[in-house]
Amino acid sequence: MANKSVWSDNRFWQRSAAWVTGFAAILLIWLTFDTSGQISMGSDADLKNGVTKRVPGPTVINYKITYEMDTKRGHEVPVIGAKEKFFGRDDYSEKEAGDLLHLGKLGSQAKNCMDCHTLLGNGAYYAPDLTKAWLDPAWESTGSMQAMTGKNTKEEAMAEFLQFPSKYPTHARMMPNLGITAAEAKGLVAFLKHMSSIDTNGFPRNFGKIQGALNGK
Amino acid sequence: MASNHLKWESKQLATWYFTFAAIIFGAQLLFGLVAAIQYVMPGFLFEIVDFSIARILHINALVVWMVFAMIGSVYWLLPDETGIETVGIKIGKLLFWVFAAAIVVVVLVYLLVQVGPADETTIWFITEGREYIEAPRWADIGIVVVVLGFIGNLYATGMKGKPTGIVTVLMADMLAFAGIYLAGMFFTDNITVDQFWWWWVIHLWVEATWEVFVGAIAAYGLIKMIGAHRQVVEMWLWIEVAMLFGSGILGMGHHYFWIGTPEYWWEIGALFSALEPLPLVAMFIHVLYDWGKQQGAAQQRGEEASVITNKPAFTWFVLQAFGNFLGAGVWGFFHTLPQVNLYTHGTQFTSAHGHLAFFGAYATILIGMMYVAIQGSNGIKVLKHTKSSIAAAWMITGGVMGMTVSLTIAGYVDVIVTRAQMGATWAGYFDGHSGMWMTQAMDWRLIMGTVTFLGFLFLIKDFLSTGKNAVHTR
Repeated sequence: MANKSVWSDNRFWQRSAAWVTGFAAILLIWLTFDTSGQISMGSDADLKNGVTKRVPGPTVINYKITYEMDTKRGHEVPVIGAKEKFFGRDDYSEKEAGDLLHLGKLGSQAKNCMDCHTLLGNGAYYAPDLTKAWLDPAWESTGSMQAMTGKNTKEEAMAEFLQFPSKYPTHARMMPNLGITAAEAKGLVAFLKHMSSIDTNGFPRNFGKIQGALNGK
Repeated sequence: MASNHLKWESKQLATWYFTFAAIIFGAQLLFGLVAAIQYVMPGFLFEIVDFSIARILHINALVVWMVFAMIGSVYWLLPDETGIETVGIKIGKLLFWVFAAAIVVVVLVYLLVQVGPADETTIWFITEGREYIEAPRWADIGIVVVVLGFIGNLYATGMKGKPTGIVTVLMADMLAFAGIYLAGMFFTDNITVDQFWWWWVIHLWVEATWEVFVGAIAAYGLIKMIGAHRQVVEMWLWIEVAMLFGSGILGMGHHYFWIGTPEYWWEIGALFSALEPLPLVAMFIHVLYDWGKQQGAAQQRGEEASVITNKPAFTWFVLQAFGNFLGAGVWGFFHTLPQVNLYTHGTQFTSAHGHLAFFGAYATILIGMMYVAIQGSNGIKVLKHTKSSIAAAWMITGGVMGMTVSLTIAGYVDVIVTRAQMGATWAGYFDGHSGMWMTQAMDWRLIMGTVTFLGFLFLIKDFLSTGKNAVHTR
């Protein structure tokens, strides 16, 4: 009788499965170390020295953020510009800004934001994506949302809406009242502003650039 | 579900798990219907059971019933595979009640408390607010303890009895399945880090460890239901493990395109996730091949009857083989390349894929295992189809397929209007979602969801009555 081929040998396939799995797992772990270094949060010093981090430090709320085409990378990236007032101040310390972000991130989970909205594109699809919500034209001084809340700044308009969403209905599909306090709303807006500064490799594409496509502006 | 036909306590425990799973399956569909109605009539239960709450219950019930049915499946097959009673069965029974009670508390808190203040107490006792794994931290710890107890039983039994290839795969796979859950049990202010590890749980469950799990269950089913040869089936199983883990582990890169992670995940995610459908094709071919082979061999022996000893279960196993390929493979590949995913990420397209993949890959085979348990509990030699079992298979499969097609159309509108045309803003989102194609798709989704739910009622009717039906060969 001829020797049994290795290709029909269960032990061979068992060992192959173990090797393939082990190799893939080791590669994933190695990449995880590399990625973890690149996505750790930056510091206030990074922002002051113009060091670009994929996830900037919490004091990014002291600066103006825009979303601009980077011709070298071929897509939009968040650009951190000059100082900008956030709830009347542009001198939040690392501790103060960190506390605000902490409160906002906790709030985003405690209110189940992700089960209607998407954050960084993940979550539910019942409400708009919040990845770059801070940069949404609707909240600018000429935007419909800021006008509706009667506030003079983007952050105050967003905080007002978050506290009393059903007071400002825009569509039949409304955001419910989630018992968000004034302090929590401020934290949530800081969380949104911080999230808009994260380098998401150009997602979402063309954000806020095509305002007039349907309105003929 | 006491039964005189079950001589193994392990199988009795399995029927408890299947029963609880079937109840939670019903809850999943019910809250899915609530959410589907809200897409069509946004005022429905507004500020009573909001969409977010209905959806949490819809997707958490999904995960819970599947985990229960998975544990049940393992307790069911362990005595058959190892030849001995499950070690630590008393602990297993105690853990069942702990697990079930914890789930009931978690669900009641989701439903009645819903949200909490922005502090750690909410994370510990109400919700963690992270899609699929919203369960509060206390429940996380409880789940880990219960699952470790289950794995302890599995290992003790596998090492004391005969560790077949199927049991060996399950032992390795279940340990990974539980270990990965730990990656989802921490809080961080950094949303990118948060989602990076969150995918370790979600992706490595549904695109790696759960897939290997269903591979092992399919192998067991083929041996039990059509008398396939163990050596052939187990060789296939090892090849599938190599292909599934070889593509699935690094396929995780397709979730790291846009969450703040580096660009190299584009290439890694695209390459490996494009390979993910291959093992699913292989699994489909394998099931049909073994079926044809066994039936052909029987015909050569002059036997004309079907080789299948459990028609409804085998129907669901075949539906799994095809549904896994179609829902996870084809619908997944549609939007896995970064050039496409830039526009489809976070749209109704994802929802279409999610529905068909979870149903095709997992719901089907777990329903099949419930039929296997019904056959065993009633001492039936050949379990045949009834009108209800056929109606259930058609209506559930047709309903989910209908929802998937509706959501795919909704997905195209979302991609083209919300994303490509309007640039994903607040206004763009509502332009996309108020369009006629979107609203009609959502109407159809609700209709097809209702069909699915009616099919589920037929399924339950069959579960409760088929055991006593005279059509079966005893």
